[in-house]
Amino acid sequence: MPGSETTHSEFVGAKGALPSGLPGIWITALATLAVLLMLGALLWIVAVNAFGWFWPARISEIVLDDGTVRVGEIVAREPIPAAGKEVTITVYRVKLKTGNRELTRSDFMWIDEAAIAANSQPEDLVRVVRSEYGDAFGRIVAAYRDDGAQVDIDSPRALEGFLETGEEWRRANRRLEKERDQLRRPLTRLEERLDSLERSARAGTPEGAQEIATLEDTVAVEAKRLGPRLDALLDNHEGNAQRLLQSRIVLVAGADRIDVPLANVIEVVWSNRLGFLSRVAHAIREGVLFLFTEPREANTEGGIFPALFGTVLLVLLMSVAVVPLGVVTAVYMTEYARPGLALRLANQAVNNLAGVPSIVFGMFGLAFFVYQVGGAVDRAFFADKLPTPTFGTGGMLWASLTLALLTVPVVVVATREGLLAVPQSWRDGSLALGSTKWQTLRQIILPAAMPGILTGLILAVSRAAGEVAPLMLTGAVKMAPSLPVDGTVPFLHLQRKFMHLGFHIYDVSMQSPNVEAAKPMAFATTLVLLLLVILLNLTAIVVRRRLRRAYQGQVV
Amino acid sequence: MEFPRNEDSMDLQQSVFRSPQGSSANPTGEIDATHHETALESRGVHLYYGETQALKGIDLAMPERQITALIGPSGCGKSTYLRCFNRMNDMIEGVRVEGQVIVEGLDVHRPDVDLERLRKRVGMVFQKSNPFPMSIHENVSFGPRMTGVRGRGRLDELVERSLRQADLWEEVRERLDDSALDLSGGQQQRLCIARALANEPAILLLDEPASALDPISTAKIEETLLQLKESYTIIIVTHNLQQAARIADRTAFFMLGELVEYNDTTTMFTNPGHAITEEYITGRFG
Repeated sequence: MPGSETTHSEFVGAKGALPSGLPGIWITALATLAVLLMLGALLWIVAVNAFGWFWPARISEIVLDDGTVRVGEIVAREPIPAAGKEVTITVYRVKLKTGNRELTRSDFMWIDEAAIAANSQPEDLVRVVRSEYGDAFGRIVAAYRDDGAQVDIDSPRALEGFLETGEEWRRANRRLEKERDQLRRPLTRLEERLDSLERSARAGTPEGAQEIATLEDTVAVEAKRLGPRLDALLDNHEGNAQRLLQSRIVLVAGADRIDVPLANVIEVVWSNRLGFLSRVAHAIREGVLFLFTEPREANTEGGIFPALFGTVLLVLLMSVAVVPLGVVTAVYMTEYARPGLALRLANQAVNNLAGVPSIVFGMFGLAFFVYQVGGAVDRAFFADKLPTPTFGTGGMLWASLTLALLTVPVVVVATREGLLAVPQSWRDGSLALGSTKWQTLRQIILPAAMPGILTGLILAVSRAAGEVAPLMLTGAVKMAPSLPVDGTVPFLHLQRKFMHLGFHIYDVSMQSPNVEAAKPMAFATTLVLLLLVILLNLTAIVVRRRLRRAYQGQVV
Repeated sequence: MEFPRNEDSMDLQQSVFRSPQGSSANPTGEIDATHHETALESRGVHLYYGETQALKGIDLAMPERQITALIGPSGCGKSTYLRCFNRMNDMIEGVRVEGQVIVEGLDVHRPDVDLERLRKRVGMVFQKSNPFPMSIHENVSFGPRMTGVRGRGRLDELVERSLRQADLWEEVRERLDDSALDLSGGQQQRLCIARALANEPAILLLDEPASALDPISTAKIEETLLQLKESYTIIIVTHNLQQAARIADRTAFFMLGELVEYNDTTTMFTNPGHAITEEYITGRFG
C-alpha cells in the first residue's frame, strides 16, 4: 500500500538524542538522592559528634621544642590559615583538650605541629572526671588517706581500693541524706502546716493564736524526739564528708600540679591502658550514666536524666490530653455535625491552626493557662501560699496542655480521615441490628478508625517531642530543682518546672559557661532526642500495624 | 388512604399501568386469598429524596411466614421501599416519607416507636455482605450484646442456634473465634443472615442478598431462606427473576417508583396481568 509508510512515520522512527522524559527523570532522581544524602549527613554528623562524648580518647603527652610538656586529648587537627599566599607546604596544628581548668582557665589549647618535639601516649596517664572544674589530666604521683598516710600508688590494687573507699563514702552519704529526709518528714509536714497557719487570716484571731501555740508545742516535742537520731545521722554524714575532703590524689601534668580531694573524684580513667573491648564497655557505661544521671556544673558535665524524664513525661501528658480532645472533636465533626457552612469553617479553622507558629501557642499558653487559669487555681486552692505562685507560673501541666493544643489539629485531621474510611456498610449493618448510634460509634466505628487515630498520635508526638519555643514560655527551665515525679504525695507534681531535651540542647550549646567543652555533650543530647522521637514513633507504628492486621481481608 | 392523592399523578399512573382488566387497582384487597395474616403493609407510601420522588403511592400487604419477592428494573425503588420497614432511610439526608408503613399492625412512624426495638423485630441483610471486623462469634452475638444480653452461656446458645438456622454451623463450629473476614463470600452472607437471626426477629428483609455470589453459594442461600420461611416472614429484593420464581410465594413488580403488579409468583410468571410486566419477565427490557 502506498499510504502505509507515511502513516507509520508519524509515530515510528528516529527520535531526538534523549527520550523526551529522561532529563526530567534524572532531575527528580538527583533531587531525591540529595535529600537522602542530607538526611544521612544529618544523622552521621550528630552521631559522630555525640560519639566523642562517650568514647575514651587516648591521652597524649606532648613535649614542645622549648621543653614544655602538655598533657591532654587531641580532639582536632586543622591546617593553619596561612598569612602569605605563596605557601605550598600546609602546616597543621592540633587542638589539645588539657582540662585542669582551675590552672589554665581554659580546657583547650592549640599547638602547632611544627613545634612538637615528641608525642607519646604513656600508659600511666589518667583522666580524672571531677565534680568541679571539669576533667583533669595528668599522672598520679601521690595519694593521701584522710589521716595523712600515703597510699602505695605503684600497687594498682592499693590505688583502686583507695578510690573505691572514696566512692563508698559518697554512696553512704547519699544514703544518709535520704534517711534524714525520711526521718524528718513528719516534722517537715508539721512545720509546713504551722507556716501556712501563721500566714493565713486566722492567725490574728484568738482561736488561731491558740492553734498556733498548740502546733508549736507539737513541733517542739517532735523535734526533741527526733533530735538525737537526726544528730547522729548528721555526725556520720559530716564525718564522711570530712574524710572525703582530706583524702586526696595528686596529679602532675608537665609543670602543673593539682591536688584533687576524693570528694571531687567521680572517676579515674587510665585511657591509654584500655584495649578495644574495654573501650567499648567504657563507652557503653558512659552512655548509660549519661542517660540516667543528673547534670553537673551548669549542665556542662554529667548526665541528662532530668531532661530526658521531663521530655518523656511531657509527651505522655500531652498525648493523654490531645487524644481525647482531638478524637471527640473529629467524631463530632464527622459523625454528628450537619454538613454546611459551619462545618466547612470549622474544618478550615482546624487546618489553619496546624500552621500557626509554635511560639504563638507559647504566648497563648502563657497568657491563658499560666496567668488566667493558673492564677484562678492559685486564688481558689493555694491562697495561703500567695503571692508565691503555685500553678500561676510555668509548669509541667501548662506546658503539656499548650503542646496538646498545638498538636490537636493533626489528631483531628488524621482521626477524621480514619472515621471517613470506615465503610458505610458497617454502620448500616450495626444500626440495622438495633444498636444505637452511640453503640455503633463505640463498638464499630471507633475501633475501625483506631489506625487513623494512632497515625494522628504519631504525628502529634513527633511534633511535640521536638518543640522547644512554646516550652520556654510555659515552664521549661535550665535546671529544675526536682523531678515532677517523686516519692512524696501526690507523687505527680504537675505544677513543677521541668527540664527538656530540646531546651537542654539550646542551653548547653549556646548558654553554657564552657561552650567549647560542652559541644560534644550538646550533640549527645541531640542524638538522644532524635532516638527518643524515633523510638516513640516506632512504638506507635508497631501498634498501628497490629491493629491494621485485624482489618485485613475487608475490601474497604 | 390517609391523605389526599394528587389527582394528576394518579391519572398518570393509571394511564401508564392500568391493566385492561383493572385487576391490580386495589392490590391490598386480594391478599387474603391465602390463610396467612398480613405481616407488613404499606398504605399510600410516597418517598422523596429532596425534590426527587422515589416511591409514588405504594399500597402493598405482605403475608407472614411467606417469601415475598420485590422485582423490577434498577432504580425502580424496590430497595428504597424495603428500607422503609426498618426505617433505614432515616439515615439518608433529605429523605421524606408520607403514608403509612405498617409492621405487625403498627405504623413505624408513630412517635412512640422505639427504633432499636423495631430494627430487632425487622432484621435486614444487605446486598454486599458486611461482617464486622471481629470474630465469627462476636459478629453473630453483636445484636443481642447491644441490647443487653449477657452471659457466655446464653450468647453461645444464641450463636449456635442462629448459625444452624443460617446453615453455617457445621462449617464454622471449630473456628468461632477466628475473624469473620476470613470467611468466603457466601459464608459471609450467611453469617450476616445468622447475625440478623440472633436478634430473634419476626421479619427478615433481604436486599439482593445473592447478587454478588456464585451460583453454588446462591443456591445455598436460597435453600436457607426456604427453611427459614417456616418461622419468618421474608421480603427479598432481587434482580434475579429465576430466583424470585424459585423461592417466592408472592411477587411484586415495581417500576419507576410505582407498584405495577402484585400476585402469586406462579400467576405472575405464567399469566402476568400487565403487558409491561410480561415484557420485563420475558427479558425484553430491564
